[in-house]
Amino acid sequence: MPEYKWPPMEKRRVVGKRISRLDGIAKSSGKAKYPSDLNRPGTLFGVILTSPHAHAKVKSIDLAAAKAMKGVADIRVVAPAGTEIQWAGAEIAYIAAETEPIARDAMRAIKVDYEVMPHLVREDDLAKAGPRAKAAGEQVTGDPDKAFREADVTVEGSYGIPVLTHCCLEGHGQVVEWKGDKIEYFPSTQNVSGIGGDLARSLSVPVNSVNVKMDYMGGGFGAKFPSDIWGRESALMSKTAGGKPVKLFLDRAQELTIAGVRPSAYAKVKVSAKKDGTITGWQSDSWATGGVGGGGMAPIPYVFTSIPNKRMNHTAVSTNTGGARAWRAPNHPQASFITCAALEDLAAKLKMDPTELFDKNLGYTARADVYRKQIAKAKEMIEWSQHWHQRGEKHKISLVAGSSHLRRGLGMGIATWGGAGHASECRVNVHPDGVVEIEIGSQDIGTGTRTAIAMVVAEMLGLSHTEVKVKLGENIYPPSGASGGSTTIGGVSSSSLKAAANALEKLMEAVAGSLGTTADQLEAVDSTIRVKGNPSKQISWKAACQKLGVKSISETGKNDPKNPGGLNTQGVGGIQMADVTVDIETGVVKVNKIIAVQDCGLVVNPKTAESQVYGAMIMSVCGALMEERIMDEMTGRVMNADMEFYKLAGISDIGEMQVHMDISPEHDKRGVIGLGEPCAIGGVAAIANAVANAIGVRVPTLPVTPDKVLAALYGDKLGRQSLA
Amino acid sequence: MSTPKTPTTKKASGFSRRGFLQSTSAAGAGVALLEQDALAQSGKAMGPGEVPVTLNINGKEMKTSVEPRWTLLDTMRNKLDLTGAKRVCDRGTCGACTVITNGRVVYSCTMLAVDAQGKKIETIESLTAGSKPHPIVPAFVEHDAQQCGYCTPGFVMASKGFLDRNPSPTYDQVKAGLGGNLCRCGTYVGIRQAVLTAAKNLKA
Ligand code: FES
Ligand code: FES
Repeated sequence: MPEYKWPPMEKRRVVGKRISRLDGIAKSSGKAKYPSDLNRPGTLFGVILTSPHAHAKVKSIDLAAAKAMKGVADIRVVAPAGTEIQWAGAEIAYIAAETEPIARDAMRAIKVDYEVMPHLVREDDLAKAGPRAKAAGEQVTGDPDKAFREADVTVEGSYGIPVLTHCCLEGHGQVVEWKGDKIEYFPSTQNVSGIGGDLARSLSVPVNSVNVKMDYMGGGFGAKFPSDIWGRESALMSKTAGGKPVKLFLDRAQELTIAGVRPSAYAKVKVSAKKDGTITGWQSDSWATGGVGGGGMAPIPYVFTSIPNKRMNHTAVSTNTGGARAWRAPNHPQASFITCAALEDLAAKLKMDPTELFDKNLGYTARADVYRKQIAKAKEMIEWSQHWHQRGEKHKISLVAGSSHLRRGLGMGIATWGGAGHASECRVNVHPDGVVEIEIGSQDIGTGTRTAIAMVVAEMLGLSHTEVKVKLGENIYPPSGASGGSTTIGGVSSSSLKAAANALEKLMEAVAGSLGTTADQLEAVDSTIRVKGNPSKQISWKAACQKLGVKSISETGKNDPKNPGGLNTQGVGGIQMADVTVDIETGVVKVNKIIAVQDCGLVVNPKTAESQVYGAMIMSVCGALMEERIMDEMTGRVMNADMEFYKLAGISDIGEMQVHMDISPEHDKRGVIGLGEPCAIGGVAAIANAVANAIGVRVPTLPVTPDKVLAALYGDKLGRQSLA
Repeated sequence: MSTPKTPTTKKASGFSRRGFLQSTSAAGAGVALLEQDALAQSGKAMGPGEVPVTLNINGKEMKTSVEPRWTLLDTMRNKLDLTGAKRVCDRGTCGACTVITNGRVVYSCTMLAVDAQGKKIETIESLTAGSKPHPIVPAFVEHDAQQCGYCTPGFVMASKGFLDRNPSPTYDQVKAGLGGNLCRCGTYVGIRQAVLTAAKNLKA
């Protein structure tokens, strides 16, 4: 058995290089086929009739008119009379028809009678939640009361971050074709190896009757793991239609209403400290919703988990709203915002630089040294010492030159994540004609997984990454984990490394004789197999493969999360800092710059890794300044289930961005660690804190919209005189 | 390079999908009502039921039949298998469906197929139809201006329309000029660089 380890950093020829993604041209030329792009012959189009009421009982459903319409293939009721509906947008019936407009006509022709029931859709004011609020019990460490009694200084604050939606640009859905005992299934998913079984179970058919295929998918962010009711119902409609493909993708309003949300987090926080900034106590009363199931507590205090005296109370609020799903770094951005905001408020009260306050308390974190270095690097990148000022201080640097209504401020946010590799298996085939392919039941959700796998195999075989054909996106390949929780890169890089090493060993055994040596004396470099220490004794890759005769090499590799063998590991820190300018007349916040310092172990492809971090920082701008699912208490509906009013940042809203990946022997030797989540955490806090630093007061809830900035500044007395 | 047309304000087609039709330019030139030339064509398009349409896409006459209420976007995607343009918001907000008609950048979800007749329609597929891809395409790859890639064809077409009008843009003009498209994965940092690189390479 070969030894499985990453080649030393300085010897790598492919891994660690900035390589453009292999499917880049396909994507930017429109040739990449996403599930929603598939046009299979005879396709029927599916749509969903949903409930307009947040809480209601279905009294009766009349399908007669809809069924009689020309072109309608099938209608399936999923919420028959008597069903209690728990949120607006809940599915009532599925319709398949020859065209989508016809399906929609039929949908509108279905008559449903509801008995409307009282609902609760907002949780921002806990007092109004009544019996829908359920306390989760108190957690106490140390003696928080004593800590507060003996503190030199105590701050109290309220912070809140609303429910967000994933807003994947490709909506949830699939094309599915059920013919005989085979189901061809083309979902938009983060879970190629698992989703077929999920669908099979929902249909009570054998798992191996479902063939999953997906080359590309248009965004998931944690919302696209299960096959969902729409998968099951589309399959059943296909079966009824004699195996015609059914294509059903949620429309935009449905995507923003029922395809998953990120839970909210609100908290009243009290922090105590000594004069020198050492934190002594933490108390939080938090609440959250993620739909009828309520919402769990964000992990607060975040990162500074070893504060000695703590009391945490949490209340889950059940609301009549679409249910939560994992959202990039579940609960971490909320926890980071609440914690970092409270600490920044503490620093302001102590008239301390918050980076010093954070530094002073790093002993409460799991990786003080990492954070200390990262904070120093981040400060240098954002020019903290030149631009930071005391909160609210009318220091000349808080005024933007030449304009008395513009205030500039800096803030920071902190992050942590695991990121160990998931279970992953794969197979590397080396063919006699020299072709190398890897088969793996993984998926590329946009992070560059395809390219990273090719790079790892190429590195091990001494080839170029373009010489490796990556076959993924099908559940006929060896199973690999779902892409969630930053587990993919660790999992697939480790399994591909092992499979490639195994295949190479076989190839070397086949050619060693012809080079007059043994396999263990050979190395694969620059598309040749050569004798170690004697590079003139070599054979080209192609010639080596020809020696296989007619038999290909086919070797597997496996990452076992319980024993990753040092190839991947977990546990990272990250710091982000933001520089903003706030117009104190209009309340508009402009991002000048955001920087990220992130460690993530061995970086397979810095180019696509950086893209992920940029993307996460941009998501943080959205989350800090724009995004919010707005519920209407009167109708119980989502008021902004569209892209005009569910705001995302555009290309001009994001300021300048800089990413520093901690690529160093010290981090590299830890092996590969996932990146998708940790970089999507600290930015929100950084931006919110920068606003507080700029304007001198805390805007307590996100997003920091102009109206909230003005309210925080002037309360009810809006007016120029108060600017003085 | 095509010359931009001055938008003309005419009464919109009776087949308007939402009571108004919006076309936008990548330069953010705002809203204009549909042009007259499509109306002559759409006069024949009496629904309900499918009517024949002829679309001039990427220099080819393409014939199909759709109901008059079908958008250009759905017609391309579901009838002509031109799936580079994506349907995301379906309401003229996100730009994922961007095409260029008669030199103007438009959201194809806001234009009816019957109204698109008689126009010269360019889609993302045209950029790789020749022996070499249009320079914008490799520039997006070089700067990794894509993650999931679902917004990317729309951005590439918006960039083409923008560069057709602004062959030597400044960095700030790029930021303003591509404000009509949205990306959820957050690829704007790469896109800004890609458009500048494409501008340079287009001149080379
Ligand atoms: S799909 Fe046309 S603008 Fe969004
Ligand atoms: S790359 Fe995914 S939406 Fe833009």
